Amino acid sequence: MTGTTTTTTTPKAPSADGAITEYVTTMIGGQLFGMPISRVQDVFMPERLTRVPLASSDVAGVLNLRGRIVTAIDMRSRLGLPKNDDGKPPMAVGVDLRGESYGLLIDSIGEVLKLADESREVNPVNLDPRMAKMADGVHRLDGQLMVVLDVDRILEISPDKLAA
Amino acid sequence: MDDLLREFLTETNESLDTVDNQLVRFEQDPNNAKILDNIFRLVHTIKGTCGFLGLPRLEALAHAAETLMGKFRDGMPVTGEAVTLILTTIDRIKEILGQLEATEVEPEGVDDDLINELHHMVEKGMESMTESAPPIAPEAPVVADAPLVVQTLERELRPGEVSLEELERAFQETAIEVAPPVAAAAPEPAAPVAPPAPVAEKPAAPKAAAPKPAAKKTAVEADQPEADKVANQSIRVNVDTLEHLMTMVSELVLTRNQLLEISRRHEDTEFKVPLQRLSTVTAELQDGVMKTRMQPIGNAWQKLPRIVRDLAGELGKQIELEMHGADTELDRQVLDLIKDPLTHMVRNSADHGLETPGERANAGKPEQGTIRLSAYHEGGHILICIADNGRGLNTERIKAKAIQNGLATEADIEKMSEAQIHKFIFAPGFSTAAAVTSVSGRGVGMDVVRTNIDQIGGTIDIKSVAGEGSSVTIKIPLTLAIVSALIVEAGGDRFAIPQLAVVELVRARANSEHRIERIKDTPVLRLRNKLLPLMHLKKLLQIDDGSSADPENGFIVVTQVGNQTFGIVVDGVFHTEEIVVKPMSTKLRHIGMFSGNTILGDGAVIMIVDPNGIAQELGALASNAHEIADENAAMRAMNAEQLTSLLVFRAGSTQPKAVPLGLVTRLEEVGVDKVELSNGRYMVQYRDQLMPLVQMEGVTVRTSGTQPILVFADDGRSMGLVVDEIVDIVEERLHIEVASGREGILGSAVIKGLATEVIDVGHFLPMAFADWFSRKEMRVSSTAQSVLLVDDSAFFRNMLSPVLKAAGYKVRVATNAQEGLTVLRSGQEFDVILTDIEMPDMNGFEFAETIRADQRLQATPIIALSAMISPAAIERGRLAGFHDYVAKFDRPGLIAALKEQTTEVVRQAA
Repeated sequence: MTGTTTTTTTPKAPSADGAITEYVTTMIGGQLFGMPISRVQDVFMPERLTRVPLASSDVAGVLNLRGRIVTAIDMRSRLGLPKNDDGKPPMAVGVDLRGESYGLLIDSIGEVLKLADESREVNPVNLDPRMAKMADGVHRLDGQLMVVLDVDRILEISPDKLAA
Repeated sequence: MDDLLREFLTETNESLDTVDNQLVRFEQDPNNAKILDNIFRLVHTIKGTCGFLGLPRLEALAHAAETLMGKFRDGMPVTGEAVTLILTTIDRIKEILGQLEATEVEPEGVDDDLINELHHMVEKGMESMTESAPPIAPEAPVVADAPLVVQTLERELRPGEVSLEELERAFQETAIEVAPPVAAAAPEPAAPVAPPAPVAEKPAAPKAAAPKPAAKKTAVEADQPEADKVANQSIRVNVDTLEHLMTMVSELVLTRNQLLEISRRHEDTEFKVPLQRLSTVTAELQDGVMKTRMQPIGNAWQKLPRIVRDLAGELGKQIELEMHGADTELDRQVLDLIKDPLTHMVRNSADHGLETPGERANAGKPEQGTIRLSAYHEGGHILICIADNGRGLNTERIKAKAIQNGLATEADIEKMSEAQIHKFIFAPGFSTAAAVTSVSGRGVGMDVVRTNIDQIGGTIDIKSVAGEGSSVTIKIPLTLAIVSALIVEAGGDRFAIPQLAVVELVRARANSEHRIERIKDTPVLRLRNKLLPLMHLKKLLQIDDGSSADPENGFIVVTQVGNQTFGIVVDGVFHTEEIVVKPMSTKLRHIGMFSGNTILGDGAVIMIVDPNGIAQELGALASNAHEIADENAAMRAMNAEQLTSLLVFRAGSTQPKAVPLGLVTRLEEVGVDKVELSNGRYMVQYRDQLMPLVQMEGVTVRTSGTQPILVFADDGRSMGLVVDEIVDIVEERLHIEVASGREGILGSAVIKGLATEVIDVGHFLPMAFADWFSRKEMRVSSTAQSVLLVDDSAFFRNMLSPVLKAAGYKVRVATNAQEGLTVLRSGQEFDVILTDIEMPDMNGFEFAETIRADQRLQATPIIALSAMISPAAIERGRLAGFHDYVAKFDRPGLIAALKEQTTEVVRQAA
């Protein structure tokens, strides 16, 4: 379990006027996304991913992270983006939900950005519905847009959506 | 919640369970002063603590109950009525405690009803004591007076005070070696209550207690020290703490496994020795932590004496409950899971297994029935046995029910041993029908019990001797947290299969004894003369990479779940490993094929295959060739749509042929080298018998390879019908559209979109043995029952008459209802009339009504044969006077119904 960088979690700033949220930025399928740093446990290189037969196609598999079993979520599949074909190994953002660990598979990890909540804009109405479901607004950065991801909604994977 | 309150709740609940038990024991053995002392002490502690914590309702109840028990100590006769009253009081206390636990405040309400009754009982007891026991009489008024005086003041407090005083004295005099905790608890609550109690009463009371102390002392002294020692040497630990400890040990086991794996790869390292040491210590630690989770099984039994007592009262039976090995320990997780099944089975034994005292006396048994619970360890498992000396299982009834439910055919059942038949009570849904419960009275929800046991990887077995009793043995693993598993490979991934379910491993290879064969697409394995249904793990898990070029090879993990045995085909088998079961992520828990996942020694995560899940899948596929006939029968019974299972094959021509599967005993492929020509006929040695082969028109026996045959067997004789190819098994509505003039063919029907010839089995049977039917008739001629078969369809007449003849009946056929009536009125006698419902001119209902109206024919049972089985049709049939209603093509059902009806006739005649 190499390549693990644990980020210190900071308490979520109250989203009052002038509040600032820190985001961990990631690239998935060429698009910049940001997740509130308060929800991110760590970032790691997923190794020895075991696929889970009969599971939802959004579940990339399970892996062992320091003795814990982590469920890896294929973010490209989850967001309705095409499969990664450049052969580069994915990275994973570790998050927790109700005592269980998940790893969100992303293409690459970026810097941590401090952004004011008031500069966040609502989802454009024509955003891809799959992405819109998990997006919690958009920040306009220099030269690109960062879609804010809602971790809870990412993990709302319905068991019925079985892989073909 | 307040720590003090929580402690109180835990302790009180435990104490009350003990009181329940002790009271039941006390009722049986009223002279046992030690038991009474125990009860008294427990109730007193509860009362005292309640007072201390300010819980007036509980305190009042405990007071009143204690007062009554105090009278028992004073020699008041112990009546069942009084004990019931105390038990009811305890139930009420538990109820209040439950609410207290939920809301943290004592619920509102009054318990005057119970308290008054308790007082009343005390007074009644005192009266009877005054009459029967004059020596104690002087004291009686004193005590009896007290409540009277008090009533004007504070009703529920004063009576308690008196007995509290007595109690304190009794304690001081008798329980010299009282355990410190109890001693500490007792004075405390006494303090606020005691002062107002008149000291003057002291001298009076000792006399009341006096007769007993001597005897008591010895008993108390003998037992108390030991109990104290145990109490002092144990501490309460939060379950969460233990769970956490267990998790940590699991991690340690995993890490050790990883280290061992690494050391295996590097031959000569200096780590070897310390690693070995670490390994041993870890194993010991694992054992030790495991022990902390262990609880005596007696904890699961605690409520049983009370349940049995209440049941005995309700049912008017005398029941003794024996418990052996209550201190046998097992994992608390497992304990929780078996609590309910155990209670259920004890109830069953009391309710249905044991007879009423009258019945027992008639059977020459002691009036008191016994239920015996025992538990002991056996090689990593715990065995629990629930036995009763009641009437045993009703084998006949189970047989009939099994046939009715389509679990087995009449012929199958005849071959079965009693033990095998008894196992049917565990079959799913077997007992849901009320008929079995009310008539044979056994097996309520036994399938549910088995499901629970299956879930924890246990097995269940039943033994029964009619008239002597029955016993159920449950075998369960000691723990679920760490299990031994077989690591296998399928579709390039590794999976763990729990060893508990694995019976054996078979390596299947083409051209060897064990090879995977196929019936259409269903793979099977012939193993020791049994056909084992096979499931490919990678197909089940939908990870087939299509690489399997060799369908006849593979490793087969023979697995048993309940009484279902099947083979899981895997690509490879590695080794066995102690694995730590980790629950599946909630996002993956819906996958029934896995029971959890685990981390292997090399750090990889793998899925743990759930044999129960596979067994369910197997049941759902319902296409295992071995039990196909049975299962289809069951399906037919359930399916109002009346689909018929048909075996489709090719023989002689390209046109497919079909035969109702229910008529076929087995499908076989025999090597052509085994086919011999003898006396101008083809024969094959089959199961130590010479089986004649019959060829259909245009079919030639192959000269190489294997020859598929359909085997029809009956009464020890078998014949094989040579066919070219077995095509498929289909469920179809069988409707003969074009009748055939050709011998051996009943007609043509459309099956799966193809015109298919339906063959007439009756035509081929005599070709193998000329005496196939006549032999039967000769053998049974003296007792042969005669059947009138009325059906307008030639197909059914042709199909059913051989079936009936084969079952030993004389058959007369009629082509319509009118003809049937003519035959009946001609004076010919029949034991049973079998009739179709949908017939032109006069239908089956009218036919039955006409027969019922005829005085002479009235008594003859009539069985309806119909393709449409609906509750409404059955009701209509019952009104018309049918004795039974059987689905067409339900051969076992028909034979069973016939048997039932004809034996009834014989019985009536006798």
